Amino acid sequence: MKYKVAGLISLLAVLISIVSCESEADLDFKRYYSEGSEVYQTHCQNCHGAKGDGLSALIPPLTDSLYLKNNQSNLACYLRSGLTGTITIHGKTFDDKMPAADLAPMEMAQVLTYINNSFGNKLGVITIDRVNADLKSCK
Amino acid sequence: MKKLAFGLLIVAAISACKSNSDKKYLPIYGSKQAVTKTVDGKNVTDTIYQTIPNFKFVNQYGDTVTKKNLDGDIYIADFFFTTCPSICPIMARNMLKVYNTFKSTGDFKIISHTIDPKHDSVPVLKKYADKLGVTGSTWWFLQGKKEDTYSLAENNYLVLVKKDNSAAGGYIHAGYFVLVDKQKRVRGAYNGTDPKEVDQLIEDIKTLQTEPDEMIAQ
Repeated sequence: MKYKVAGLISLLAVLISIVSCESEADLDFKRYYSEGSEVYQTHCQNCHGAKGDGLSALIPPLTDSLYLKNNQSNLACYLRSGLTGTITIHGKTFDDKMPAADLAPMEMAQVLTYINNSFGNKLGVITIDRVNADLKSCK
Repeated sequence: MKKLAFGLLIVAAISACKSNSDKKYLPIYGSKQAVTKTVDGKNVTDTIYQTIPNFKFVNQYGDTVTKKNLDGDIYIADFFFTTCPSICPIMARNMLKVYNTFKSTGDFKIISHTIDPKHDSVPVLKKYADKLGVTGSTWWFLQGKKEDTYSLAENNYLVLVKKDNSAAGGYIHAGYFVLVDKQKRVRGAYNGTDPKEVDQLIEDIKTLQTEPDEMIAQ
């Protein structure tokens, strides 16, 4: 019986620590996301639109989750150096130049987390560590 | 009692007058000139309003466009360049809304002047229009001599916004949509980056469309 109680208690403790861990990550995510929303409005919204809907065939929308997913580790590089050449978004090609955004790595992490989880996307957090690592391997 | 009734009558008459003149009328901008002439032995004073002077540009199809090509049209003029990353996409997004509202009405046009004619050649403008989804002859993208475009902007289209604008790069970069009536008179200027002002512009175009056609006294 004693063992059972002790087992139950330790199980509870593990559960609690998992839950609190999650909520800390959750809090992190919320911080990134809300800061990212500000960065987006200042640096991205003019072109990509308030709903991430882009502009006709001139500016691509940010709603293609598959493209974003396949390019997660390139996104920070696109922000830093801009993007030229042809890309395919939702099956349509876009070939106009995206100018570089003058952002600090932290702002990149925030805005990418925002985009990753807005406009119908659900792609999780991009942390500052991830951004720094990605920036090192830019082509 | 009689006096009271008389007073009421006057009040009624005045208020009737007032509601009559409540019909919306857009102001006419620019300099005006009173001209007195003699008609049938009587002196008649007429007001002559500033109108858009003639111009000559080329549109995205490579066709020459002059003032004459806008005869009979209400139109919007604005200034942009295709590689502008800041306010132009917002302006284009908002202008698309106006375009889609009026593109099939027949008496309406949009002329977007590039202020970077060196880069924005006819093929560049055509490609831009295509990508924006603009077809036909409702929305023209015009290219011409830079000084001609600037002169028109400064002396005619943007007379309204000239005074109170400190936007970087000057008011020509400030993103205004200028509304011009069928007599080529400026009737309004709207911030093309503000969706609310653009909605007002759409309403004002509808108001202009109900205005009876006047003859130009020139």
